[in-house]
Formats: sequence, structure tokens, C-alpha cells
Amino acid sequence: MIKAVMMMNTQGKPRVAKFYDFLLVEKQQELIRGVFSVLSSRPENVSNFLEIDSLFGPDSRLVYKHYATLYFVLVFDGSENELAMLDLIQVLVETLDKCFSNVCELDIVFNYSKMHTVLDEIVFGGQVLETRSDEILKAVEEISKLEAASNSISLVPKSVSGWRGGR
Amino acid sequence: MEQLKTIGRELAMGSQGGFGQSKEFLDLVKSIGESRSKAEEDRIVLSEIDILKRKLLEPDVPKRKMKEYMIRLVYIEMLGHDASFGYIHAVKMTHDDNLLLKRTGYLAVTLFLDEDHDLIILIVNTIQKDLRSDNYLVVCAALNAVCRLINEETIPAVLPQVVDLLNHGKEAVRKKAIMALHRFHRKSPSSVSHLVSNFRRKLCDSDPGVMGATLCPLFDLISEDVASYKDLVSSFVGILKQVTERKLPKSYDYHQMPAPFIQIKLLKIMALLSSGDKSASEMMYMVLGDLFRKCDSSTNIGNAILYECIRCISCIIPSPKLLEDAAEAISKFLKSDSHNLKYMGIDGLGRLIKISSDIAEQHQLAVIDCLEDPDDTLKRKTFELLYKMTKSSNVEVIVDRMIDYMISINDNHYKTEIASRCVELAEQFAPSNQWFIQIMNKVFEHAGDLVNIKVAHNLMRLIAEGFGEDDDDADNKLRLSAVESYLQIISEPKLPSLFLQVISWVLGEYGTADGKYSASYISGKLCDVADAYSSDETVKGYAVSALMKIYAFEIASGRKVDVLPECQSLIEELLASHSTDLQQRAYELQALLALDARAVESILPLDASCEDIEVDKDLSFLNGYIQQAIESGAQPYVSERERSGGMFETTDYHSQDHHEVTSHALRFEAYELPKPSVPSQPSAALVPVPEPSYYSEPHQPISTSSSVSERESSEIKLRLDGVKQKWGRPSYQSSTSASSSTPPQAANGTSTHSDGGGVASSSSSKPRSSYESKKPEIDPEKQRLAASLFGGSSSSSRSDRKSSSGGHKPAKGTANKPLATVPKESPIPVPDLLDFDEPTGTSDVAATDPFKELEGLMESSRQDGGGSTDVMGLYSTDASAPVKTTTSVDSLLSELSDSSRGTYHQSQTTKGPNSKEALEKDALVRQMGVNPTSQNPTLFKDLLG
Repeated sequence: MIKAVMMMNTQGKPRVAKFYDFLLVEKQQELIRGVFSVLSSRPENVSNFLEIDSLFGPDSRLVYKHYATLYFVLVFDGSENELAMLDLIQVLVETLDKCFSNVCELDIVFNYSKMHTVLDEIVFGGQVLETRSDEILKAVEEISKLEAASNSISLVPKSVSGWRGGR
Repeated sequence: MEQLKTIGRELAMGSQGGFGQSKEFLDLVKSIGESRSKAEEDRIVLSEIDILKRKLLEPDVPKRKMKEYMIRLVYIEMLGHDASFGYIHAVKMTHDDNLLLKRTGYLAVTLFLDEDHDLIILIVNTIQKDLRSDNYLVVCAALNAVCRLINEETIPAVLPQVVDLLNHGKEAVRKKAIMALHRFHRKSPSSVSHLVSNFRRKLCDSDPGVMGATLCPLFDLISEDVASYKDLVSSFVGILKQVTERKLPKSYDYHQMPAPFIQIKLLKIMALLSSGDKSASEMMYMVLGDLFRKCDSSTNIGNAILYECIRCISCIIPSPKLLEDAAEAISKFLKSDSHNLKYMGIDGLGRLIKISSDIAEQHQLAVIDCLEDPDDTLKRKTFELLYKMTKSSNVEVIVDRMIDYMISINDNHYKTEIASRCVELAEQFAPSNQWFIQIMNKVFEHAGDLVNIKVAHNLMRLIAEGFGEDDDDADNKLRLSAVESYLQIISEPKLPSLFLQVISWVLGEYGTADGKYSASYISGKLCDVADAYSSDETVKGYAVSALMKIYAFEIASGRKVDVLPECQSLIEELLASHSTDLQQRAYELQALLALDARAVESILPLDASCEDIEVDKDLSFLNGYIQQAIESGAQPYVSERERSGGMFETTDYHSQDHHEVTSHALRFEAYELPKPSVPSQPSAALVPVPEPSYYSEPHQPISTSSSVSERESSEIKLRLDGVKQKWGRPSYQSSTSASSSTPPQAANGTSTHSDGGGVASSSSSKPRSSYESKKPEIDPEKQRLAASLFGGSSSSSRSDRKSSSGGHKPAKGTANKPLATVPKESPIPVPDLLDFDEPTGTSDVAATDPFKELEGLMESSRQDGGGSTDVMGLYSTDASAPVKTTTSVDSLLSELSDSSRGTYHQSQTTKGPNSKEALEKDALVRQMGVNPTSQNPTLFKDLLG
């Protein structure tokens, strides 16, 4: 199970942090700081894996990837495959890249809610839900289209009934 | 330039509004990003909180604005500030009909609230409604909230809706509904236990994505209860086969691999299902073989699948061909330049080593490279591998390396772990007591505050008991070497408290025993310790007690004691100490100094730390005194009970009856106020269990069971019992084994002084002469390390033999063989799970023994097994069901003996495989007074068969 997804910049500022089990705000901050201090002390060109029992409890692993000014971090337990998690970060970044065309740190900060929408389509309740970035993108676009529509008209528009799942 | 670009982008977004963000939000993010200090950031955030507090309460906020405020709030909380004032607004937003607000509200509450928060009750109703919504996006948002916010109590409120959604028209909804059910199962298995069949059914969903999602809950379910899902093996194999043959839509491809995440999950599930199941394993051979051929090892995801195959093979009963494939994949990983793949290779090696021990030897140089790699993660993984392959022939090299690494790191968590591993390995495989003490010294010196206090007590016990045999000479030598090493270390600054306690104790007991060091020298050192660590009361207490023992031994042997002036001042200081413990010790010491030799000898006899102290509960030694007192007219003693009984008779008959009844049972009514006339009455009621029964009543079964559990618990933690066997047991088996265990040490040159590396250096100094004539490509240092790590039949040593003449062979002989023989000759099967060259002949016999006994029990379970496999037969439409039943049970048996061999080793060594050993052990235990509760060894026999 995936325990947490984090994005933070190289100064240690969290950009997105999502924990799949509830943690108090202080604990979250402590973990973010702990992860950052470990990551920032890692040299270049080493593995992307860390065993991080000291922060997240026994059998916790961490996979991270460093893109420009951002660290993408996944924390998970022994039931996931490290290399596959590395690819999940890849999926996330590819999707964001398609979403924002040439994603950068600012996009992530300023589109906070969209980031969460994307993330929720990929990881759901700590499990990998979807890894096809086209599908993720499609879902996110549908959501934003509908949100925009619902915003312009306060009532639920007629067109929405077209979305109803044919049971 | 960079700055300009950023500004341009900001401007662009500010004008477009990005994803609905306004200028204010951008300003907030920017000013926080630019803040120079935490204080500045806090100030900005506090003013932002003020603004938001005001804005959120304003009437008629535009919806778009409302959303933005909420996002700002979430952002502030992510930065670690308290946003709880806005929680209620987030909850309100979920009630909104507007999709934008509803989704934002759900996002905020899932980030803000935990499942037990008071506000959840206000959301459950909305969630229920939204789960029935026509708009599938609303349903998805609600499902997302369900995963996070529903707790055990509220599950029933939403469960029917979620189950309905399993048949929703949209596959995205079906997927999320399955995940939500999975979450329920994790939170409270009983709440969804009746719905488990849904997961099986959804495995056949028309959409591959839904099928993939179903694998997540199934993985959990199967890991909890393998047996009831055995029938699915063929289905999983079938699915995996179809996936690898690209039967899924092209859109599921990722980097040219067909649905890799589904493949990985399937492999994980099959590893669970086929673990130790021959017939299930055989079903997988084909598809695993295919995967090894098809996987593209140039992509990351291809390697992920390869690694998963290796992991799977390490769990199932593999064919030789598959093992070969796995070994080949591992060697590819290890040879790769990528640290990630090397890490996976080392991990795979650690897994495969359990089933095929020679596999590590092919890669010894790669392993050593990883050990010296700058990458810390890789290094730790390699240490884990070394830990798994430690045996008596390479323990010294490995533990030395571990200690070097332990000294070099600062991470206390990992330091503790590696220290306890060092201790564990040293206890299990130590070639000599001197080496063991040296290793312990190093561990204590560098990680003393991190190791378990039991380790210290264990070390003291080892030094006190020595070999546990009658060879006093060896014991004395051991003690002397310990004392010498401690006197060397003691003056170093800042030693850990625990280590100082050990040092003080050993110096007190044995500092002067050998006559090599004078009492004043040792006592001076002890005073220094007490001075230098004056804030540590425990250390001071140990030091004072040690001083007392030193002086006691001096007095007892008739020598005149002159107390050093610094000792005198120490005692005086402690006489006025605030700690009553230290004060008492000081007074005792002072009193002892005034006694004569005979009295002192009986108070503190020499080397009596292991003696049992017999407690005379009847105080019979006072009989004479009592007699005298009675003769001179004193009243005889009347017990408390009799006394109070007598009073009851006179005062209150009824209540006395009452108390007779209740004194042994729990009382449910409140205690009455103590009556002045019957002062002892409450105390009689308060002590429901009379004390004597504690000692004399049926205490054998209780004590044995408690001692068993005690053993088990210690086994889990530090396996402290290992030491006892290693050093204690041989004497009771035969004296030959003991005598045979000493000569190799001498041959190795680890006589007394050489430190932990002594053996390694003496053994490795010989190959040094040969490496000059060798080919220079491979660092000889590494080769030497490899040879010492991987033992006799290593490939590099084979090449050595070719290139160099006889010079190398004897060196290797002395390095490895004598050490290896030590455990071989000792009659206990060494708990050595991964020993490569040692034939497991003796331990095999012992290991299978309990299973012979178990076979009787298995007869009944055979029927059960038959039943379940019959079901499997139905599913696989195979007529050979009856044949399968027997083979599967047989294989189960063989698997059990295979896989649990390791654990049985341990249980044997701790508990003893037969009654003879158990008896001996018991005798030993009792003689040492360590564990006086285990009185009936035959009970172990019953327990262990």
C-alpha cells in the first residue's frame, strides 16, 4: 500500500503532500522535514530508493525522483515493487507534463486543486488505480469541464444527465 | 533569466486565472516562497488566516471565490499551520449542489479530517446522497471521501450504496467502489466479510481495469488466508498468460509492456498462493519462463517485472530451469551501472540464497563492490545480505565490517539495528570468547546507549560464568583479558553509561582476582569513573559497589587495606548524597571497612556472583533467639490473622463470616470505612491471594509455560539464549568438544590480545604473499575479502589456485577450516540457516523428527486438504484430483520441513530436541541460578515431542 505522496522543492518547501492514513498536521510536517533532510543529503547518481523505517515505521520504503527543482516522493510498504513505484512517479510526471505542457514547479503550486485531482485519479485510497496517462487526462478534463459548466450555471445543467451511468 | 521566465508565467496565469486561482493566491504563494525566515513566513500566514476567517464568514461569497478560499486554507495547513477554524466551512461546502464547490469541499475534508473527527457525522448523510447521484463524477468524489472518512461505525451507513456501485455502468466507478470496499476490509474485516465473494466475481469484469483493481483486495485477502483461494491459481495463471500474450487492449501498454502493474500484482498474488505448493508452482512454470524471455530489460518497468519474477520464484517451489533464469536476471542486475538495479539484484540475491546457496558465490565481487559503494541504501541492503549469509567461517569479517559501518553512521535508528545484528551474529557464531568480548566492547563503546540492557547483563553473565565448564584456567584467562581490555578503554572520554556499568562490575568482581593488578590501582580507576561521570547515579552506584567488593576481597585475604584519599573523599561525598541508593551503598562500604576478615568473607565471598542465594523464608536461624526471648518472659508471636480473627469474635460475628467468604474472591461492593477497633480487617480483604500459595501451589505448569514464552520472546528480540548454548552447553555433552574448540584459536593466532580483526589479519596476511604473482586486474584486497566472505569453494579462489602455487592453499586452510570445525564438532545444530559448505546432515535428522510426530496429526488434516483440493479439481476440470490430494499434502509436508528448517533450528537450540538435552539444559540452568522457575524438563518433552 502507498502511504504517502509528496512533492517538495529543493529548498524543502512542500508543494503537494498527501498521506493515505490520517496524520496530525504536526506529524505530517515532521515527516516532510525528515524526508527532505534525508533526500537533500543524498549524493547524485545513487539509487532512487531509501529504506525509511525510522520515519514511517517498520517495512517502509521510499522512492524518489529529482526533476529540476522538485523532488517527487512516494512512500509505501513491502507489498509494492520499488521499480514499479519509480514508474508510477514517471506516470505522474508524464501526466502532469501533458496537463500543463512542460510542467514546472509553479504549475504545481498554482494549480493545487488540479494536482489533487490528477493524484486522486492515479492513487486511490493508497492503491494504484490507473497508470494510463491518457485515461487520467481524460478523466481530469471531464471533471474540469463539468466544474466550469456548473459554475456558469448554478443549476445542474441538462447536459450533465448525459453523464449518468447507464445502469 | 530564470526569474524573468517565472514572472512571465505568473503574469500569464494571473490573467487567465489558471485553474481558477486569483491574484491573491498567487501573491500568497509568492510571498511565502520569498520569505527569508520562518518568522516572516509565520507572519504572512497569520495575516492570511485573519483574512480568510473574515472572508469565509461573509454572506453571499461567489462560488468561485469560495473555492479559492478553501484552497488557500488547505495550502496553509500543508505548510503546517492550524486551519481548524475553516473545517466547518469545508463540511458545509460538501453539502453544496454546485459540483465545483462540492468537489473542493470533499478535497478539503479528506485532507483536514480524520475518520473519528466530530464533524464526520455531518458529512455521512451527504455522502449517502452523493453515492446515489446520477452524476458519476459526484459519485467518484463521494467514493473518494468514503475511503478516507468512513470509520468502523459508519461503514454500515454507506455499505449498501457502495455495493450497488459495483455494478455501475462506468468502469471508473466500479473500480473505485472496489477500492472503497477494500478500504473497508482493511479498517474492519468483519464488516465486509459477507461481501468477499464480490471480489471474486469482479475478477471476471468485462473491463480489464476493474479486474486489475480487484487484484488489490484479493492480494490482502489471500495473504490473510491462502488456503481458501487455492482454487484461483489456475485463473490467475490464465490471466497472466493472457496479459503477457498481449490479449489486452493496446491502451493498457506502458512503455511497450502490456499492463505491467497488473502483471506485478498477479505475480505477487501467485507467489503467495504457490508458496510451498508444488502443484500450484508447477502451473506457473510456463508463464514465468515466458516472462523471463519476453521482458524487456532495457526499460525500468521491464526490470520491475523481472524482479517480481525473481521474488515469486524465491517463494514458490521452482524448477531448476527457473532458478537458472532467475540467477541470470540477478547477474544482469548486478552487472548493471544503475544503482537501482544493483539494489534489486542484491535484494534478489538475499531472497534466492535461501533456496540456492551457491548463487551468491558467483557474484562475490559485485557484492563487495556494492559494500563499498557511496550509496548508503545499497550499502545497507548489502549488509542485510551479508547478515543473511553469515556463518561461523566468515562471521569475523562480516561483523568487523558491520562495526566499521556502525561507527561511521549517525542515524541512531539504523545504528541500533546494526548494533543488535552485530550482537546477534557474535552470539551465534563467535569463534572465541576473547573475540566475543572484543566485539561487545566495540559495540558498547560506539552504540552503548542504543543497545538493549539485556545485552549488557548477558555479557556480564558470560564473563562470570566463563565457559560454564570446570576449566577454571580458561575462565580466569577470559576474565583477565576482559579486565585488561576494560582498563585500556576506561580512560577514554565519554563512554556510554551502560558500558561503564559493565566495566565497573567486571573490575569489581575480577579486577584483583588474578593478582596482576593491585587493589589500589583498580580502586583508583573506579574512583576516576565515579568522578568523571558524577551526574550518572547508576554508574556511580556500580562503581561504589565495585569498590566495596575490591576492599572486601582484600580484607578477606588478610591484607591490610589502605583506602586511597580520593576514595575516602568519594565515600564522604556520597554519604551526603541526595540519592538514598548511593547513600546506602556508601554507608555499607564504610561499615564493611570496619569489619574483620571472617565477617567480610561471609558477606561478600570471592567470585560468588553466580551462586544462588537461598532465602530462608521461615527465618529458622532466629529460632534460638526467639527461644531465649520466650524463656525470659516474652509473649509468643500471634499471627495477624489469628489476632484479627480474635477481635472479630468479640466485635462483629456477621462481618467476620462475610470476610471469610470474600477474602478469596473479587469484591464488587465498595470497601467500608476502616473501623478503628479492627485495624487489620481491610488488609485481610485487600490481599485476596495469600502469599504462601505464590510459592508452594501448582506452580510448575505456570512456571514452565511462562519460561517458554519468555524464551520465545527473547528469541524474537535478541536471541540471548544463543550465548548460553554456545559457551555453556558443550561441557555437559563431552569434554572433547570443548578441548577441540580451543586449539583452532591458538592456530589462528587469536590467543589473547589480538583484537577482533586478529584472525582476519593473520589469515589474510598469507594470501598477500601470493597476490604479487597474480593478475592485477582485480583488486587483491577485494579478492581477499571475497575469499573470507564467501568461504571455501569460491570461484575466485579457484582461479587463485590455478595462478598461484601452494602458497595460497594452506593460508585458506587455516583461515577457514579450523573455524568451520568448531561448530561442527559441537553437538548442537548451530542455528546457521544459510551455511553453504556445511552439509546439513545432522540437523536434517533433527529437523524432520518433529514432523514424523506431526504426521499423525496430519492424517486428519489430510482429509481436509483433500476436500479443498477437490474443489480445485472441479475448477481446473482435471480428472486427476485424487492424485493431487496426496501430492499436495506431501509437498506441503516437505515444504514445511524445508521452509521452517531455519526456525526449527532455533527452537531446537533453545529448547533442546530431546529429553536428554532438556535435562542437561535444566541442570545447567539451575546450576547457574539463571532461571530457577523451570523445574520440570520433561514438560518440554511433552511440548516438543
